Amino acid sequence: MAAICPVCSLEGLPGERFCEECGTPLGATLCASCGAGAVDADGYCGRCGVRQPTGRDHAEIELTAGAVRVAGVSDRGLRHSHNEDAMALTVTAVPAGPYAAVPAGTGDPVAGPAAWQGGRDAFPPPAAGRTPGGAGHAIVGVVCDGVSTSPRPEEASQTAADTAAAVLAERLAAGADAVAATYQAVAAAAGAVAALADSPFDAPACTLVSAVVDPRHVTVGWVGDSRAYWLSGPGSALLTQDDAGPGHVLTAWLGADAGEVVPHVRSFAPEGPGVVLVCSDGLWNYYPDPLALAQAVPDAAADPLAAARTLVDLALQAGGRDNITVLVIPFTGRR
Amino acid sequence: MTEQAQFTIRVDQNKYLPVGGSEVHAIVTVEATGPLETVAQHAQAAEVIIIDTSTSMATERIGEARKAAMAAIDTLRDGVHFAIIAGTTKATMVYPSRKEMATMNAETRQAAKNAVSGLIADGGTAIGTWLRLAADLFDPYQGAVRHAILLTDGHNQHESAAQLDAALAYCQGKFVCDCRGVGTGWEVAELRKIASTLLGTVQDIPDAKDLEADFRAMAQQAMGKAVADVALRIWTPQTAKIRFVKQVSPTLEDLTGRRVDSGPQSGDYPTGAWGREVREYHVCIEVTPGGIGQEMRAGWVKLVQPDTGMQLAAGNILATWTDDPAQSTRINPRVAHYTGQAELANLIQEGLQAHREHDFATATARLGRARRLAEESGNEATAKLLDRVLDYDRATGTVRLKPHIDRASEIALDVGSVRTVRTRRDPDQG
Repeated sequence: MAAICPVCSLEGLPGERFCEECGTPLGATLCASCGAGAVDADGYCGRCGVRQPTGRDHAEIELTAGAVRVAGVSDRGLRHSHNEDAMALTVTAVPAGPYAAVPAGTGDPVAGPAAWQGGRDAFPPPAAGRTPGGAGHAIVGVVCDGVSTSPRPEEASQTAADTAAAVLAERLAAGADAVAATYQAVAAAAGAVAALADSPFDAPACTLVSAVVDPRHVTVGWVGDSRAYWLSGPGSALLTQDDAGPGHVLTAWLGADAGEVVPHVRSFAPEGPGVVLVCSDGLWNYYPDPLALAQAVPDAAADPLAAARTLVDLALQAGGRDNITVLVIPFTGRR
Repeated sequence: MTEQAQFTIRVDQNKYLPVGGSEVHAIVTVEATGPLETVAQHAQAAEVIIIDTSTSMATERIGEARKAAMAAIDTLRDGVHFAIIAGTTKATMVYPSRKEMATMNAETRQAAKNAVSGLIADGGTAIGTWLRLAADLFDPYQGAVRHAILLTDGHNQHESAAQLDAALAYCQGKFVCDCRGVGTGWEVAELRKIASTLLGTVQDIPDAKDLEADFRAMAQQAMGKAVADVALRIWTPQTAKIRFVKQVSPTLEDLTGRRVDSGPQSGDYPTGAWGREVREYHVCIEVTPGGIGQEMRAGWVKLVQPDTGMQLAAGNILATWTDDPAQSTRINPRVAHYTGQAELANLIQEGLQAHREHDFATATARLGRARRLAEESGNEATAKLLDRVLDYDRATGTVRLKPHIDRASEIALDVGSVRTVRTRRDPDQG
């Protein structure tokens, strides 16, 4: 088939794969910026030099778990040339587990921090006080934010998110407790990110926050300053506590230069329905308040994708200084 | 042969530009590594030694020049194609006697040294004709490492500037020529133009006794060249303009005007032959500003052998637009360093020019600033050369030109002004 060379406008002969004049591959992808140049293997336009948007510049995921839909949206934002955030969202069938976190039992409609189980000092997780959980689906969501000052941060975040989600899904499917599975998943992700480094002085790095939402529990694990929120009307709460010092300086991260990675892991059994929001600081820097987040997306449980898009748009409208990633995972308590 | 020279390209820059910013600066470091000595051993090489035999050489200089030529002949390895030319108002074959190259072996080595020992100084100076003969001798050896040594002690008085320019145009790209000026009767600007056009170096040899060691070193360096005719190929976006391409290390050399188009959006800048060495280039490109967050490849720098089309290394010069002044106002330390080294050379050139015009106020101001800059940037060699023409009080920063500046010091400073130092601090740590 004859094609016009996108670079020098020479018309090729039928069957030719490269332009006779300048060697540009015919039928190549055209530049999204100038519309006239061919995009090369490195992702740059051969005419105007502009780097092409990649799949990660704006990505959306929507999955169903039984009757429930879950969603994630990740966006480059307005000020960065790359999206160094990464997300992973999977649904896995889980057998009836041996343990489940004890409900708060305080009469609170939403179990807050007081009801959390596990944690840094509670590994391995205590078996006492936990009751068998029911069979059903577990939703696994992971958000990682590449550390911009490290080399190849986008590789670190993608590796960490993929590794953590895969280990969580595999462990949960095998019947593991969500808290134990989270420790294992973070350890595996930390190892995978550390392995990306050529040396401790060339160490890709990222944060990690994971959420496991099973029929009875919400379990979150984190390293760094990416967050998880529980959104449920007035009972909305921040579930994580940033590993960050004054001036937004990270005090923990995944990477070969991070030393031993000890995640925070916490689990609770909500007493009523709500939504788990997992996000990078591209969102919470603008909207840190759980109530404000809950009010911004009142119908998040019914349409998680729309809610995730709304939150990303809010961050973009507020300035979009950083990459923005949002996962919305409803908890119905009835799955 | 599996052993090959390896080249790497590293780009140092701050890719962040403010909104509307269009000027992209980068320092491109090219390093040749790998088994270069072994490769050089097997490389085809051709060497021409040109000795000025004008009447002014008829002092101890001609004797030292003979010794120097013999030392160079002794340094060339067997199998190298070579010739010796004597230069006056015309160019004369010293060895071999016919206008062709000899091949080095025990017999030709001795014969060449015998011929050189009979050199007599008698005649004028027409450097262009010497270079033309050298170019013709090199002609059959395309692809070989082609190197000439030019020795002179006077200026090009029996040829017009236009004749020399025409000769240089004829010779450009045909061989690399290192130029040596012995004594103080030669013109720095003249030899610099020759060396610059022919991608070689200039060195002043005030004392003829130092010629022998210098010739031996030059011949050794020529024998260490492993890859001939390498060019820096720079691709730029369609609407971009290359503001300049300068070699900034080991010496300053503006290559901007040397561009030979090699494609619709790319041009080649010749760099000559390479041995085990590192050279650095300052590239400045003007691009059409992009949107905030957009990334552009402002330049795609490759090291190529234009004759074979072989690509030896590549690197990207990038531009990204940001509204964060903390990012866009940061100047890359290596860009800053070499910008300073270029300014240092300019100050010296302007200072020397002012001194020649007896404008001592300007000369003192320029050379004084150069002295402080040389110290700040760690260029001790240039600081020493400056101290030969001025008195510098470090405590007060006061500068005074020496009442009598001898010609040798002026030449040494002029020649040395283009030599730069690499950043003192390891940039990888900064």
